[in-house]
Amino acid sequence: MPRQSWYLFFDVSKMSFFKKLTQGVGQMFFTQLKELVELAHAHKQKISDVMLALEIEEQGTDEITIRHHMSEQFTVMEEAVRRGIDQVLPSRGGLIGGDANRLWRHMQTNARQSILGPVASAAMANAMAVSEVNAHMGRIVATPTAGAAGILPGVLVALLDTQEYSRMAVEASLLTAAAIGLVIANSSSISGAAGGCQAEVGSATAMTAAAVVELYGGSPQEAVDAVGLALTNSLGLVCDPVAGLVEVPCIYRNGLHAVTALAAAECAMAGIRNVIPADEVVGAMYDIGNSLPESLRETGLGGLAATPTGRRLRQQILGGS
Amino acid sequence: MGADNHRPIKYHSAFDIIGPVMVGPSSSHTAGALRVALMARKLLGHSPREVVFELMGSFAETYRGHGTDRALAAGILGMSADDLRLPDALEIAEKSGLKITFTKASGNLYHPNTVRIIAKSAQDHIEVIGSSLGGGKIEIVEVDAFPVRLSGDRSALVLWHRDQPGFLATVLTAVANEGINVGRLSLERASKGGTALVAIEIDGSYSVSLLDSLAPIREAVLKSRLIMPV
Repeated sequence: MPRQSWYLFFDVSKMSFFKKLTQGVGQMFFTQLKELVELAHAHKQKISDVMLALEIEEQGTDEITIRHHMSEQFTVMEEAVRRGIDQVLPSRGGLIGGDANRLWRHMQTNARQSILGPVASAAMANAMAVSEVNAHMGRIVATPTAGAAGILPGVLVALLDTQEYSRMAVEASLLTAAAIGLVIANSSSISGAAGGCQAEVGSATAMTAAAVVELYGGSPQEAVDAVGLALTNSLGLVCDPVAGLVEVPCIYRNGLHAVTALAAAECAMAGIRNVIPADEVVGAMYDIGNSLPESLRETGLGGLAATPTGRRLRQQILGGS
Repeated sequence: MGADNHRPIKYHSAFDIIGPVMVGPSSSHTAGALRVALMARKLLGHSPREVVFELMGSFAETYRGHGTDRALAAGILGMSADDLRLPDALEIAEKSGLKITFTKASGNLYHPNTVRIIAKSAQDHIEVIGSSLGGGKIEIVEVDAFPVRLSGDRSALVLWHRDQPGFLATVLTAVANEGINVGRLSLERASKGGTALVAIEIDGSYSVSLLDSLAPIREAVLKSRLIMPV
């Protein structure tokens, strides 16, 4: 499939205007979601624009380079989605493979019986597809991690396929997701070993919810409301991979949390605001992560990994006790 | 609670979050592990003949399932995180005559995903401790038992040297003369006048001419490495 070159559609005069705009902005740095919303409001920008300005400032690169690089990341993300949908890829550990394809075929043959509707089902199948490519040791983009790499591309490719959003707009929303991820990574964690699955799948769900809100034309505050809701619904999620493999439950959590991200975006667009401010939810996630025992932080020792079936599978795959 | 506005932060770029492009299955246990090993190779300066990986915390528990063993081997062989040969790295290492051993060690002092790498070549050896922080982000925390802070995200200059007055000033002057901004710096010595190690992370990249301008202190430099981002 030929890749659309975004810069062909880009008006150079607008770009120099944007440059002037960002030069006037000065310090764009943000460590809290509240600050991110304030910056966006102060400069009448979207969250993706604030992220772009920060990236220009911090990395000393220009807008074309950044957008081109982001476009390349999205290409890899989309390739992983398509590959996982089209092919039945057995995982290295042998626990999963073919679920994305199964879901996709179900949607094609039973479209009228779809419980979720076409966009959410596609997002769910796409997310599982990327998780399957990942477990097959195929190429993916960590968003923000490999364990949670299905959610953002899963949802964005589903929205791209509705043909209601330009590829350029979808790629720009990756910057929105990045801004949210940066805040969470720096003030809490995106590591399952440090903060549990909430830090990986929870962060990815929150990032995706914000990207969806911006694509749908929501405000920066609404995007951050979606982050608060998405994270609230992910708090406490433990990292308990069976046999220590990024297979079960990772694939289900990616698939089902793609739907959660869409749901959080819908709630926020309806005007629902999380009672606990999003930054405080991020703080709660950090505290919860610190309270988790090591057995529930990516050691493959507790939770689902410690169930009779989990133990039996570990024994089968890795041997030993 | 989380960070305040003035705390140094670990994740700086949109591509720390939307990235890296990598071979699965785990950004911390595969891509991050690979980058730690790649840094060890660069600090050694050439291909090792023998490597011991001491795995700590979550690395020790799940390394086979996550392909951490393959990723560490790939990194020490000089592959990048998106190299599609990564799944076969152990076999490639074996064919090339590189001896690799994995052991478990107690790692309570470090981040949950940490590895100590002891790499030996015919000429030299190095001991590196590095942690994988999540999302492919890493931190090298010790080199030859000297505490350092190297992210692998930026170019770095690492100098093993003899502790003496004016050494650091000369290095920093040379760096400044190249118009280079220092982002991070770590310095530790074994004893007064003994062996010391300085690690400097910079914005942009070094030119090899930088090493020439260290001529006045050449006598004191035991070993130097210019390291590109991994």
